[in-house]
Amino acid sequence: MIELRSVTHAYGDRPVLHDLTLRLAERRIAILGGNGSGKSTLARLLNGLIVPTAGSVAVDGLDTRTDGRAVRQRVGFVFQNPDTQIVYPTVEEDIAFGLKARKLPKDEIARRVAGALDRYGLDRYRHQPAHQMSGGEKQLLAIAGVLVLEPAYVIFDEPTTLLDLRNRRKVIELLRGLPQTVIVVTHDLDMVKDFDRALVLEDGRVVADGPPSDAVPAYIERLG
Amino acid sequence: MLGLYLHRESVIHRLPAGAKLGGLLLVTIIVLALPGAWGAAAAGLIGALVLAAARLPAGRVLRELRAPVVMLTLLFGFQALLSGGGWEETAVAVARFAALILLATLVTLTTRVMDMVDLFERLFGLLRPVGFNPAKMALMLALTIRFIPLLGEQVREVRMAQRARGVERNIAALFVPLLVKILTMADDLTAALEARGYDPADSGSEAPSKNATQR
Amino acid sequence: MLSTRDLVLCALFAALLGGLGMAPPIPLGFLPVPITAQTLGVMLAGTILGAKRGGIAALLFVLLVAAGLPLLAGGRGGIGVLMGPTGGFVLAFPLAAFVTGWLAERFATGANPIRLFAVSVVGGILVVYAGGIPWLWLVAGLPIDKAVFGSLAFVPGDLIKAGVAAVAAAGVRRAGILPIHA
Repeated sequence: MIELRSVTHAYGDRPVLHDLTLRLAERRIAILGGNGSGKSTLARLLNGLIVPTAGSVAVDGLDTRTDGRAVRQRVGFVFQNPDTQIVYPTVEEDIAFGLKARKLPKDEIARRVAGALDRYGLDRYRHQPAHQMSGGEKQLLAIAGVLVLEPAYVIFDEPTTLLDLRNRRKVIELLRGLPQTVIVVTHDLDMVKDFDRALVLEDGRVVADGPPSDAVPAYIERLG
Repeated sequence: MLGLYLHRESVIHRLPAGAKLGGLLLVTIIVLALPGAWGAAAAGLIGALVLAAARLPAGRVLRELRAPVVMLTLLFGFQALLSGGGWEETAVAVARFAALILLATLVTLTTRVMDMVDLFERLFGLLRPVGFNPAKMALMLALTIRFIPLLGEQVREVRMAQRARGVERNIAALFVPLLVKILTMADDLTAALEARGYDPADSGSEAPSKNATQR
Repeated sequence: MLSTRDLVLCALFAALLGGLGMAPPIPLGFLPVPITAQTLGVMLAGTILGAKRGGIAALLFVLLVAAGLPLLAGGRGGIGVLMGPTGGFVLAFPLAAFVTGWLAERFATGANPIRLFAVSVVGGILVVYAGGIPWLWLVAGLPIDKAVFGSLAFVPGDLIKAGVAAVAAAGVRRAGILPIHA
């Protein structure tokens, strides 16, 4: 479970989140909201990429402020733009990156990389330079690079925004099948309709919270 | 990224990068220490042998040499004219350097970029006592290779925007958005590295600890 | 110690240098020599990243050229080019970026394009030539005065690059994205 206690966050003197208290325990959670509503900041707080200006965030009881490394081992993060999260020149090396950062033994790295290449259909790209892949393949690679670390939670920050329809469907399918707790920041209302819970953010506050069947219409109404 | 490497099945290709680079260094020192004509002959002979052993197409290799040879000829010719020196001397000097550049080119053409990069990383390991961190160097080199195609594209976009607007004098204005883009990319990339567990404080100690494997 | 962000910035500017070399040179109507933008990248690395990170960025670039990536203007690269008559100009890049950054950290911390131009001229032109010209003399035996004279043809283009670098760096500074000591 991820727990936020009176979380307030500001960049300099620009406040983005106001006094949020949340318990995130469902398996599929959507965070909705317009541009600048604070939803990306909220996502980054959940795995300790940023720590709140005031209040605290805890993942399974581990505080992101003091146990940042342990939190990041538990919580994977997939960003919107695959181009800036693929860090190694070729597919195989990139998938191995996070495992190496974790200093796993070589044979275990090799085994897990091979497993991920196979599972996410990237086997035939193994030695291919990442920059020659299509946008959808790149996003798949970025996701594989995170899932290979076997996190207990995975946060996706607008994972389908830059994809075409076919690749969008592929990513949604992949998301559905994940055994992990999944938290998705998105504008993609279609994707979240069978989720367990949806939060709607506006100006750094939660304005709707509940099953998507209630929260999504509330969100649409506010947009209109 | 393949770079200038030309694949062939040969003894020279199979030699480790360190042996090739060390050999090049040694031959260069010897050739420069020998008197001009002998140096040129020695370097030329070694170059021809390596070229044959590497089974590379001579035309392709010599094309790499054309620019430096033309330039050297001009430089030495210019100098010979000024000082009234003999043409033989010029020819020997050009030949000596052309042969050395041939050898260096052969090292590049027969060694994979990643093998050379690995060698540099090992050499940086020797500089660890003076504060160099080979693991960080390795990560930066990999990141650079990954991002060269992307930034090449961005630079081409700047060029196209420049042509589209027909402003030749306002190139600077076109570089600002590119630089801003690079700096925002840096933020995203930093977040992505850290989200995947990269911590600059613990790069450097390569040995996996038993502790780290327990999840 | 270099932070994750520092590593990323060094790599991105090294890649920018490579990207600049891969793009076709920029022809300027009023100049006979087209601008190959590589030293522009050296000046930008220095003025925007500062001495240490700028120097590392240029060093990464030179290492990858030596490793055989065709990143120099016209798709050239490899040890042969670095050992050749013009190799000294490229080998001077890391020091040039370092000096540009060192000077920028002291004399051009604001968005004043004149000051940024001055540090780019010293670091990105003088230091590059100070590496390239003695190399020409050593490798090709060209007397220093002749080498200096021959290099003068490139000075107008280099001054334009320093101008472009200065205006671009000033623009980035005004945008307030990256203070030099960050």
